Amino acid sequence: MHKLLEINHCKKNFGAVEVLTDLSLSVEKSQVLSIIGPSGSGKSTLLRCATMLETMDGGDLIYDGLYAARDQGGKAVYAEPAQLQKVRNMFGLVFQNFNLFPHYSVLKNVMEAPMLVQKRARKEVQEEAMDLLNQMGLADKATAYPYQLSGGQQQRVSIARALAMNPKILFFDEPTSALDPELTGEILRVIRGLAEKKMTMVIVTHEMSFARDVSDQVVFMNGGLIVEQGRPEEVIDHPTQERTIQFLRRMREQ
Amino acid sequence: MTLQTMILKMSDGFGKTCAIFFLTLLFSLPLGMLVALLRMSRNRVVSTITRLVISILRGTPLMLQLLAVTYGPYYLFGISVSRNKLIPVVVAFSINYAAYFAEIYRGGISSMPVGQYEAAKVLGYSRVQTFLRIILPQVVKRILPSVTNEVVTLVKDTSMAFTVSYQEMFTIGKQIANSQTSFVPFLVAGVFYYVFNLLVDFVMGRAEKRLDYYR
Repeated sequence: MHKLLEINHCKKNFGAVEVLTDLSLSVEKSQVLSIIGPSGSGKSTLLRCATMLETMDGGDLIYDGLYAARDQGGKAVYAEPAQLQKVRNMFGLVFQNFNLFPHYSVLKNVMEAPMLVQKRARKEVQEEAMDLLNQMGLADKATAYPYQLSGGQQQRVSIARALAMNPKILFFDEPTSALDPELTGEILRVIRGLAEKKMTMVIVTHEMSFARDVSDQVVFMNGGLIVEQGRPEEVIDHPTQERTIQFLRRMREQ
Repeated sequence: MTLQTMILKMSDGFGKTCAIFFLTLLFSLPLGMLVALLRMSRNRVVSTITRLVISILRGTPLMLQLLAVTYGPYYLFGISVSRNKLIPVVVAFSINYAAYFAEIYRGGISSMPVGQYEAAKVLGYSRVQTFLRIILPQVVKRILPSVTNEVVTLVKDTSMAFTVSYQEMFTIGKQIANSQTSFVPFLVAGVFYYVFNLLVDFVMGRAEKRLDYYR
């Protein structure tokens, strides 16, 4: 199997509060991993550590064999900037609240990073960007500005923006949590479509039935630890840990 | 003296008023950005010193700063006061306004949601690229109304140059008022400043409109 992401013994503290305690997981190529758990369990922090928006205090972070951080005597030592930039090129992140650039048109939101960061030719990037917007059902919105779009449309633009960088792995941080219920469906459909195309993805989500359908692997986190992990039919349908059972029951009651 | 001669004489000084105004903007707008960045520096010493300087510049009269810059070199080092007062006047104005602009910039920059930085970072933008392409354009839109306020104030503040007898419009008006024991030159000056500021409002309004294409 081809490991695209490997996190070993990740530790993260905010001041005196230990948010992640010795956490390890790995994601293989074309796999979809969902991370579920109550708020405050450290899911988002884990995602932010994986995408280098937070620095780990200890542990390894390895993308496709390339070390972003290596544990040395219990401390995470990060690679030099050039290597980190290489690593950053391997993943994309879709935020909960989109974080589109409001002063750019939809098309420019999607096109700028590939041109600026990856130094690719405008023509090629534009063709690919239009293609992506087409897939997202947004071809007619290319010249619109983010404020003119619905939440669901904005989130689809932000998915297109991430995909335009041709990432090997795509992270989603609660991609539907900022959306009205009737708009979550369109985002979940897009993510399902990506899964069918064998996109490697890590998804932090509260949508249990979606997680069960789309994931190859589900991780349940609580208190900065992985409590349970495995195939969705194991973790979501037949959990063995008391904490997982409690959490899933509460989710079902909502 | 007829009203017409008064206006003509005062118009002579109007060029100098404009010189103070445009040169001050030319220097203080970028200088303010530099000061704002120093103020936000992670280096504690740098940010503390900058904060102190800003506080002095905003907490003491511009008139005093004008006198200090113009005559300070003479009293401190015996350097004779330059005959062309435009230089010390513009220096004093630029430093003073840079302090105000710096605080406006700082407010604008720190009002930017952290998500904008994070989105750019994940996409691989460098810090400079993030600032110049993502942050700064949005900051400009946010701070434009406050900047307009300062620019309007600057128009009127140019009259402060009379304290160092720089022959701009207001200084000339004051001299005429004294010699003619007339209040009319002050009214003329008032009209000058008001019309000038109508223009400023118009230009800045256009600028704000141009940035109206997004929210």
